[in-house]
Amino acid sequence: MLAQPHQTHRQQDPLIWDREAETRPREALEALQLERLRDLVARVAQVPFYRDHFARQAIGPHSIRSLADLRRLPFTTKDDLRAQHPLGFLAVPRGQVARIHGSSGTTGRPTFVAYTKGDLALWSNLCARFLVAGGLRPEHTAQVAFGYGLFTGGFGLHYGIERVGAAVIPVSAGNTRRQIEIMRDLGSDALICTPSYALTIADGARELGLDPRALPIRYGFFGGEPWTEDMRREIEDQLDIVATNNYGLSEVIGPGVSGECPARAGMHIQEDHFLVECLDPETLEPVPDGEPGELVITTLTREAMPMVRYRTRDIARLDRAPCACGRRTLRMSRVTGRTDDMLIIRGVNVFPSQIEEALLRVEGTTPHYLIEVARPGTLDEVHVKVEIRPELFSDRMDRMQALCERISREIQTVAGIRAHVDLVEPQHIERFVGKAKRVHDRRNLTD
Amino acid sequence: MKLQQLSVFLENRPGRLGAPLEAIAAAGINILTLSLADTAQFGILRLIVREWDKAKAILEQAGWIVNLTEVVAVEVPDRPGGLAGVLDVIEGAELNIEYVYAFSLRRDDKAVLIFRFEHPDQAIQVLLGQGLHVIDGDELMGYVG
Amino acid sequence: MLRELWNDAEGGFHPASAPDFLPTEALREVQLRRLRAVVAHAYEKVPLYRTRMDERGLTPAAIQGLADIARLPFTVKADLRDTYPFGLFASPMSDVVRLHASSGTTGKPIVVAYTREDVEVWSEVMARTLAACGLHRGDILQNAFGYGLFTGGLGAHYGAETLGATVVPISGGNSDRQIMLIRDFGVSAICCTPSYFTHLVERAGELGVDLRALPLRIGIFGAEPWTDAMRDHIEAAAGIRVFDIYGLSEIIGPGVASECGEQNGLHIFEDHFYPEIIDPETGEVLPDGAEGELVLTTLSKRAMPMLRYRTRDITALIAEPCPCGRTLRRMRRIGRRSDDMFIIRGVNVFPSQVEAALLAVEGTLPHYQIILSRQQGLDQMAVEVEVTPEVFSDKVGALEGVRARLAKSIEHILGIRVELRLVEPRSIARSEGKAKRVIDRRNG
Repeated sequence: MLAQPHQTHRQQDPLIWDREAETRPREALEALQLERLRDLVARVAQVPFYRDHFARQAIGPHSIRSLADLRRLPFTTKDDLRAQHPLGFLAVPRGQVARIHGSSGTTGRPTFVAYTKGDLALWSNLCARFLVAGGLRPEHTAQVAFGYGLFTGGFGLHYGIERVGAAVIPVSAGNTRRQIEIMRDLGSDALICTPSYALTIADGARELGLDPRALPIRYGFFGGEPWTEDMRREIEDQLDIVATNNYGLSEVIGPGVSGECPARAGMHIQEDHFLVECLDPETLEPVPDGEPGELVITTLTREAMPMVRYRTRDIARLDRAPCACGRRTLRMSRVTGRTDDMLIIRGVNVFPSQIEEALLRVEGTTPHYLIEVARPGTLDEVHVKVEIRPELFSDRMDRMQALCERISREIQTVAGIRAHVDLVEPQHIERFVGKAKRVHDRRNLTD
Repeated sequence: MKLQQLSVFLENRPGRLGAPLEAIAAAGINILTLSLADTAQFGILRLIVREWDKAKAILEQAGWIVNLTEVVAVEVPDRPGGLAGVLDVIEGAELNIEYVYAFSLRRDDKAVLIFRFEHPDQAIQVLLGQGLHVIDGDELMGYVG
Repeated sequence: MLRELWNDAEGGFHPASAPDFLPTEALREVQLRRLRAVVAHAYEKVPLYRTRMDERGLTPAAIQGLADIARLPFTVKADLRDTYPFGLFASPMSDVVRLHASSGTTGKPIVVAYTREDVEVWSEVMARTLAACGLHRGDILQNAFGYGLFTGGLGAHYGAETLGATVVPISGGNSDRQIMLIRDFGVSAICCTPSYFTHLVERAGELGVDLRALPLRIGIFGAEPWTDAMRDHIEAAAGIRVFDIYGLSEIIGPGVASECGEQNGLHIFEDHFYPEIIDPETGEVLPDGAEGELVLTTLSKRAMPMLRYRTRDITALIAEPCPCGRTLRRMRRIGRRSDDMFIIRGVNVFPSQVEAALLAVEGTLPHYQIILSRQQGLDQMAVEVEVTPEVFSDKVGALEGVRARLAKSIEHILGIRVELRLVEPRSIARSEGKAKRVIDRRNG
């Protein structure tokens, strides 16, 4: 139904994976977007959520006469996805689903995304685009230090590298020493992980008596958490690599929504597949280019689970000026914040409500807690302060330690992160009238 | 024969140990002995005091979490081997000790061991049966005067 | 074409499975043709194979019939370690698209490589594995094998994609979420280790989820030894049929052999992996039916061909035809090994690896003991290490530091978490001469 780009030209142009798609003149791009948007409106009519809305507003493919008509379409939020658990947003027959991924939700229940074979091919291509833009070549070896699993990070990059034709070393997350040994022994040219983990690898190399700059990696593709230009300089300097940023979220596809080119002046949005708006989160009106606003993304070509105007809650700025690299697409800045209380801890999305739910699973804990996030070295550390209550207090140390471990385990189960549990005395966590301040984030994550 | 021990939850940071002790002292309650078990992050203060019910009320009123635990005090001669003799009895009877701490009495060359047993009543039977001197609250208070 | 026309609703076999049913004569022809090609390729590209064959006065031309394979030298795990990292590669790195690694016998990893064609073969044999276990296109497979350098996760993943099943790539761990997904998605099949599934069954019971009432119908288990008693228990408790699969990363990963609906021996995908059974002492080839060590030769691997690789797994080949119609010979379930390797949560562990890890921290080898147990269905590995006067400290923090360093060193080499316990000097029982290094308290 939707043509996937064919890679017949990549040998001629080592810097741009899909020259036709990535450098398409604005007019042609917008014509393509309009055609795909109409098609999208027709396709999502399979999804009850959109069908009902379209029926109420008398919207159909005919309503889309220009790209400006996008604004007639409804928003989709994370809550909407959760309300349709597990796959109420499916727009194709169940038998066509080739893969299911998940992302953390604001409660213990994650939300799920489905992919057809076509979606997976598209995803690989989108990742190939930013990988090639950032320096990856078919003769390279790339080490994936993102976790594999329901999380989309590992798989998106894995298939993208495969698509480029480079060799993949699927190390997955963790075991820093092993990462370094593999990198050194197998001569990895590229490293894929969160930016903070790149610094951990540099630290780890020094601990092993190795010069991080002498490690074979030359390119780093980092994403999954917010970072700053200072951090980029730090990473590039410590590891002697070229580090590029990429962006994506599983509700939309995973990594591959946008990525940097060698100019490294914003991430090119893959506009032939995603329509991106930047809106004031309060008024939902567009903000002027260059102003921060919430990114709202419409997937133009996703088959299994298309999203109409998905509210990402990510705050960034858009830049329409032409880029030196030759790509004609809109660029987005780094993500500089969130419109909700979601935290990103070592690349894992965590909502304070998940911590609350974990505490509720341990009988006798109070709803009074405080999440402290810090980055003492290169890695995020989370301390959850919990008030102790008489029912839980024991004069026996082993029982008290077991309690901490149990809370920590519940947090791991619900939120997917390891947290230190600090028991504090009653009334030691500040009480708030109205909305409680549950998070104390001491990291410096924006420029 | 069992003693009431107070346990207090403390955060492990400077000044936290002094506060509950001061609160008890201010009420004129005598502390016979104490022990502190701590981790990097928190501690458990264990206290044997003269008027435990009053001390408990004071601490709780001031916002501390206080537990009441039954412990067993055993008197041993304060000389080499004194402790070992008691432990032999306990191990022989396969009694499970959760923890133990000790203090000595200057007056009588006596030491007192405070045991937290899994099953205190059974432990007391065994200790008495072996002729050991298990002391109750009044006696202990008497020692200290 | 066949693939497009094939109706996978009921009963039939997946087109990927066609080679399972080759007439024996045709199968032997394919094997011989591929054997000659792989020996030529290995001889030409890999110095180790060339040297060893030259030493015996052999050239690839020596392979005239399948029986001539017995003239070739064996390859052992130590060869992978000694040629680490690229010494056994038969393809240039530019043709390599994937690298996997596993821990070797002493802490030094071994590396295996795949070309694009190798990944395709791997996907094919895993698709045939899943089909033999009864999986169809459109089924939902929850893949709880660990993803990463371990070949289990990605092997099953690519196989399911080739088969046309929906993959839920959950990887290992987080049992509550595993159970929620099985229930909410109506998952048809799950891949994991048998011990992990036993744990899931127990946990589901605690959560009030009756697996027997769910659509889940197939369990595909591998990466560790298990028994028919365990199978009976799991099948009754979960209301599913469970199958044993076999593989090792040196050969390709999972996808070397699989049970079929008969659940009576594992069909070896002989068109890609040529099996022999040898006497582990003499190296002599034994006839079908005799018990001995399994030796495998890869018939189609490009990046890293293996000639007569000694698996150390003890089994026997079954040549009698299987009622399922597959012409592939079967092997009996692996019961034991000819070395001291044990498997914990699907990870292969040699006591020598633990020794290397302890030595790395302490400088000398302390007295230690490995204790394996099973708690709530999950394998646990504890290492008890005697405290030496040098490391003893009255500061709890310092001792804790020693403990943590030892644990981390082992974890680094094995890639799994272990419980490390410091014990008093001379508390580990010594027998005559060498202490017993591994106490296995798991049953079944």
